[in-house]
Amino acid sequence: MLIVQKHSLLIPLSFDSKTGCEYRYIKNTYQMFSTNIQKELTRYLIPLSKISGIMLPKGLFYHLGQYFILMSKVFAQPEKHKIYYKQFVKEIENLGISSIGIVAIISTFMGAVITIQTAYNTENPLLPSYLIGVAARDSILLEFSSTMVALILAGKVGSSIASELGTMRITEQIDALEMMGVNSSGYLILPKILAAMFFNPFLNLVSMTVGIFGGWLVGTWVGVVTTQQYLFGIRYAFNAYYITYSIIKTIIFAFIITSVSAYYGYNVEGGSIEVGRSSTRAVVYSCVVILMFNLILTQLLLS
Amino acid sequence: MIELKNVFKSFGNKIVLDNISVKFERGKTNLIIGQSGSGKTVLLKSIIGLYEIDRGDIFYSDINFTRLNFNQKKEIRKQIGMLFQGGALFDSISVEENIRFPLDMFTNMTMEEKRERVNFCLKCVRLENVNHLYPAELSGGMKKRVAIARAIALNTKYLFCDEPNSGLDPMTSLVIDNLIKEITEEFNITTIVNTHDMNSVMEVGDKVVFIYEGKKMWEGTKDEIFHADNRYLNDFVFASPLSKRIKSMANG
Repeated sequence: MLIVQKHSLLIPLSFDSKTGCEYRYIKNTYQMFSTNIQKELTRYLIPLSKISGIMLPKGLFYHLGQYFILMSKVFAQPEKHKIYYKQFVKEIENLGISSIGIVAIISTFMGAVITIQTAYNTENPLLPSYLIGVAARDSILLEFSSTMVALILAGKVGSSIASELGTMRITEQIDALEMMGVNSSGYLILPKILAAMFFNPFLNLVSMTVGIFGGWLVGTWVGVVTTQQYLFGIRYAFNAYYITYSIIKTIIFAFIITSVSAYYGYNVEGGSIEVGRSSTRAVVYSCVVILMFNLILTQLLLS
Repeated sequence: MIELKNVFKSFGNKIVLDNISVKFERGKTNLIIGQSGSGKTVLLKSIIGLYEIDRGDIFYSDINFTRLNFNQKKEIRKQIGMLFQGGALFDSISVEENIRFPLDMFTNMTMEEKRERVNFCLKCVRLENVNHLYPAELSGGMKKRVAIARAIALNTKYLFCDEPNSGLDPMTSLVIDNLIKEITEEFNITTIVNTHDMNSVMEVGDKVVFIYEGKKMWEGTKDEIFHADNRYLNDFVFASPLSKRIKSMANG
């Protein structure tokens, strides 16, 4: 008989073939399952979600499976490359060029805020003023231009993709594509993924440039740093790998934003309320996955 | 010709299609009728493969569609035109681009040839000078006509229409019905129309199949409906006082 507490962690440990019992490590204690292995395996994931008090395992594995099935269709051989290329160009405009404005505005203000905050936190005569430039540069290059911009784009681009595909689903436009013999997931999603992965690095560079410019503009305007000090700081101990690191992250985040949002939009069932919900889910889950991958990539690329 | 043999389909525990066997002839307008929720749309979507059936066989001419793999099904689907309930036009592109879409995707025609084909299809559905309009700028009837034009753009062999008259006034419905019938006869295609509009049945029903709670209850011609002794069919067809009066007049 299984006795477990809420939020306990279950790790399969060993199985005794003679007794048909499975042993697991639960919160520093060994407990035994008295059921046979076949029955246990089929029930394994579902009770886990009940035990933990959250729907994570069942929902997570279901959605992961569906997501990978969708991606396998997305990356299938295109029917006609020319048509896909046209869609790709169209999506660069829809997802990329139309985002330059918001990225530039947010980057300018964030650069300015980073500069002012750094200045007020380093009001120590022992610390040279050019460190404001160094801190602004590193913050923008390492984290802001990739992760923060990706989170902003998850909101803008992610909701747009999910609602577009969701509306196409409920108005039977996706069924119409399937009916014609078109791989609807490939035709609709692949150009979006490729366009974002191609263009978002440019947005990243725009964000870096504008962010550093914003920091200089406001920093000199409010008098916390001079132009010479700021420029010296920007160039001081510059590591070009930071830009490569930021672009690698941006490309991966672009894939996450477009594919996760497309997954939620493509699988909408119901009506307009469900389209709205899928749009919200697309943004929320894109952000969560971006933050998780940010941690993994930071560890992988900077350690 | 399309033939269904012992087709079953269920969603969870709910059986939606229960042992349906029927043959739809080429060059005829075949109608599937039944109450809302009787399984008409599921049957139509199962025939075209948008739903996987649980058991049974669906034949397109001599080809068993249910045994084909994904790519082979795609080849059959290129011969299928479908008119969805709401038209399902791609709203981000113009009427011309909508009709040209299957041509762009599956043919190597020149732009001039494609334009000619688009204009021919628009002429077939009696629409002119709408090439550059967007779906949002069209009326309900025009949308359906553009959807029919798109459905026949690729020399279609099979035409499916899911409630082509929904949301249309009786006059426009009549135009759409006659258009479907004319196209069916002119191009000698197999047409299956899913409807619960009795005016359509009387207008174009070369063959009528009545579905009740997922089961095929009756099949025959539009003229045989008046003399059918199926209780469920009579309840459905002659539900209104007007149709009851017409039936009594027809039976003398």
